[in-house]
Amino acid sequence: MEIYWVLGIPFTGGVFLALWGNRRNAPEINALFSFLTLLAAGLLTARIVEHGPLMVGGEGWFFIDPFNVFLVALTAFVAFTTALFSRPYMRIEKEHGRLTDKRLRLYHASYQIFIGAMLLALTTNNMGILWVSMEAATLATVLLVSLYRTPASLEAAWKYFILCGVGIALALFGTILLYFAAEKILGSGGTALLWTHLNGVKSQLEPTVLQLAFVFLLVGYGTKVGLAPLHNWLPDAHAEGPTPISAVLSGLLLNVALYAVMRSKVLVDGALGAEDGQGMAGNLMMGFGLLSVVLAAFLIKRQTDVKRMFAYSSIEHMGLVTFAFGMGGAVASFAGLLHMTMHSLTKSAIFFAVGHATQSAGTQVMDGIRGLIKTHPTIGWGLMLGTVAILGVPPFGVFASEFLIITTAMHEHPWATPFLLLALGVAFASIFGKVQPMVFGETELPRLPHQPALTPVFMHLGLVLMLGLFIPPYLATWYRQAAALLGG
Amino acid sequence: MTTGILLQIAQTLAAILLAPLLMGWVNQCRAWLQGRSAPPITQPYRTLRKLFHKDAVIAHNASPLFRFAPYMVFACMALAAGLVPTIANDLPFSPAADAIALVGVFALARVFLALAAMDIGTSFGTLGARREMLVAFLAEPALLMVFFTASLISQSTELPTIVETLAHKEFVLYPSMAFAAVAFWMVSTAENARIPVDNPTTHLELTMIHEAMILEYSARHLALIEWAVALKLFTYSALGIALFLPWGIAPQGELNALPLAVLALVAKMAVGGAALSLLEAISAKVRLFRAPEFLGTAFLLGVLGMLIHFLLEV
Amino acid sequence: MTLSLTYHLQVVNFLAAMLLLIAFAMLSQRRIVGLVTLFAWQGAALSLSTAIVAWSTDQHHLYYSAALTLILKVIAMPWYFYRLVKKLDVDRDVEPMINIPTTMLIGIALVIFAFNLALPISEMSGTVTRSTLGIAMASVLLAFLMMITRSKAIPQVIGFLAMENGLFFAATSATYGMPLVVELGVALDVLVGVFVLGIFFFQIRETFDSLDLKHMEKLKEK
Repeated sequence: MEIYWVLGIPFTGGVFLALWGNRRNAPEINALFSFLTLLAAGLLTARIVEHGPLMVGGEGWFFIDPFNVFLVALTAFVAFTTALFSRPYMRIEKEHGRLTDKRLRLYHASYQIFIGAMLLALTTNNMGILWVSMEAATLATVLLVSLYRTPASLEAAWKYFILCGVGIALALFGTILLYFAAEKILGSGGTALLWTHLNGVKSQLEPTVLQLAFVFLLVGYGTKVGLAPLHNWLPDAHAEGPTPISAVLSGLLLNVALYAVMRSKVLVDGALGAEDGQGMAGNLMMGFGLLSVVLAAFLIKRQTDVKRMFAYSSIEHMGLVTFAFGMGGAVASFAGLLHMTMHSLTKSAIFFAVGHATQSAGTQVMDGIRGLIKTHPTIGWGLMLGTVAILGVPPFGVFASEFLIITTAMHEHPWATPFLLLALGVAFASIFGKVQPMVFGETELPRLPHQPALTPVFMHLGLVLMLGLFIPPYLATWYRQAAALLGG
Repeated sequence: MTTGILLQIAQTLAAILLAPLLMGWVNQCRAWLQGRSAPPITQPYRTLRKLFHKDAVIAHNASPLFRFAPYMVFACMALAAGLVPTIANDLPFSPAADAIALVGVFALARVFLALAAMDIGTSFGTLGARREMLVAFLAEPALLMVFFTASLISQSTELPTIVETLAHKEFVLYPSMAFAAVAFWMVSTAENARIPVDNPTTHLELTMIHEAMILEYSARHLALIEWAVALKLFTYSALGIALFLPWGIAPQGELNALPLAVLALVAKMAVGGAALSLLEAISAKVRLFRAPEFLGTAFLLGVLGMLIHFLLEV
Repeated sequence: MTLSLTYHLQVVNFLAAMLLLIAFAMLSQRRIVGLVTLFAWQGAALSLSTAIVAWSTDQHHLYYSAALTLILKVIAMPWYFYRLVKKLDVDRDVEPMINIPTTMLIGIALVIFAFNLALPISEMSGTVTRSTLGIAMASVLLAFLMMITRSKAIPQVIGFLAMENGLFFAATSATYGMPLVVELGVALDVLVGVFVLGIFFFQIRETFDSLDLKHMEKLKEK
């Protein structure tokens, strides 16, 4: 039953905020709905942990296993903290005259719909509905990216819409091919696209068709993951949209898109009889992943806009996760899942801090932001710690997951290790070199009149730190189960 | 056999005699569509008669080729008209040349006309010849593609076999022929110097193609060329009918199907002529440098037709 | 020739060919209004062929799909686009970024590629309309090409929707359509997408005073 709550709350929230979103306390309502979603997601997680995988509704319209419930929990959590962050942030934006009440209503309603669509994508058992909800998530955020109505934000939103639209259309073609292969074994009708059914007969599916389908699905959903060379929309959308949206795009949407790729990969591996996840699908993912890591690392060096820089860092990390999943095997999948979690938490924390920093400096250009440690010590520390965490400095959790990924790569694909190390090194040098003066440089900026909401930042970073030092055994078991589902 | 030869002669003669009538009909329709008062349908005959009665004026530096060309052009067109199944199929003369040779016959006529145009040495003649060659160079491959599509369906490049397959066997919808039809229409407008590639009524130096080539001709030479032009239009229409609307053409040796065939031909020609003038009325002439694009499209459509054939019909 | 298809399937094949023909016509069309008209025709061909497949194979859910296509892609969207074009006053001859003959040549190459790609798959398909899968694939790629070569907002969107048409056709021809719930979802998404776009067009125009995306090339890597 929890599943209906998990999906029902955000969609109800969307409708509610669309109707009454211009009230003064809309940000609080938004946070409340997000909190309720988190509560429902927590109950759902508890239930899965206790009873194992779960199929709900009709012929099994929803399917929850350790893999997606972990993402559901993560999504609900980050959605809630982002709602907390957006409350003061958007208020200040309004006072600065960048937003009106009407646009805030659009923002709040779309935010809830977006979260709902992502949760639907995660929980649905139907590969077709997965596609539909991914598209819905895109549509819900297009108008959010252009919320400021500046020329640059419109351009970013247009790019986002068209590139992701094309990508997602290719994914639809992949889904059609998947159905085409499935229909011959499962018969036509609604059940042939149910993932659980497909998974049951995956070894009988026609390999050629599935290979072709996977190429389309990977390119399609890969566009949304931000894999190079289809990543062009991502930095623009992150830089030009409001910061809370950058946080959820980076922290959540990319994960959900990668989740869709992984669900398809399991099927293809089954059809091709690929042991241990090794095979055509895994190799493709490794290729795309590695390319993204390297390309993004070198592009980071050239950035002048802080949000753009961290957007490229997202591409880099998603590339790393894709690479890890591509390698397959228990350890790599475990590391991939861990890295997904760490990246979501850390990156959204960074965006929260960056949001406040840019707001107080009045610019997103890094040269214009200086000496945060003096003007706003908490923001400064938040940004610094977040940066250190995302760069993989121990004892933060990112270190653990990156370490696992790289050691596995050394062991199984030694050729890839130099590229990975080089890319991580370049990214480290450029990001650290750019953030350091922002935090410790000289400045005469005035203080921010509002108390920034930094609880989410430190909450996230605390979690990342904790997971870096110690992963609770039940969490580790849970990750292991999820990794096993991915063909570990 | 004798009936066959008689039929062959009758068909060729009918084509030669009726061609100006088709031209007159097209002109009449066009005048109606443009809201002008139409010339009588027999106007081309009168023009021809008038031209035949005039004395020819020929430039001093004209070579014998210049005098010879109109006869050659007319002969080529008459030959082509004899080859295409118009009323009856599989006449004794048709094995003489298949669809590809037919393209060659048209090319031969064009070569002579272009040479004659350059013979006098005026700038207009050379200009026209050059433009004509540009258009032909692009139109011919497209026409060949159309023929290939039809040949792939009937597995023969002989026109009678194509007509036989399309008209007298079980009815099948050929999607590839739809592409070929559009391509054929585009090619025939170019080959017959119609809008949108050329305008038969213009004498504007910037745009004319065909008219520029025949500026130096007069009297009986001009009459022959005009007649050949009408005959070419007729032959192309007959070709279009044979390829895309072949129903009604009498099968080999069935004499009692002939009256119906003649009726069908007249009806199809009338509709075809009206359609041609309608298409001319609603489309604008493209600029010369767009003509390659236009014909390139025709070529691509022909190629597409073949591809579609391989995908859908094999 | 071993054609033993029944007439209605021949008609489906014929409509498939028309779909491709229209895709090519779109590539060579310079005017936005012409593009919208072609898009409507493509929708009509799609809807008709879906209905015929539905009738000949007795698949009832395909009727809904056909009706949906008819309402959305033949009536509602073209009407909306016409209004948009009129309101925004953007109907002029537009030269694509790559000249048209080159585009067409690339198009032919794409068609050959698509046909080759589809060949092994259509051999496996059990449906009677399988041979049209290649055409569907080709239409998708051609629409994609159109999106790449156009710099105006509305032609890009029409290219996107034409792509969707091709996908629907693929679904019909290879598998007799997707499950109804998926198809409804897709249609809903497309509908919402078009309305989002409508809002978006006005925003773009308000800000740039034009729908030419050439104004929107500031966000680049330096």
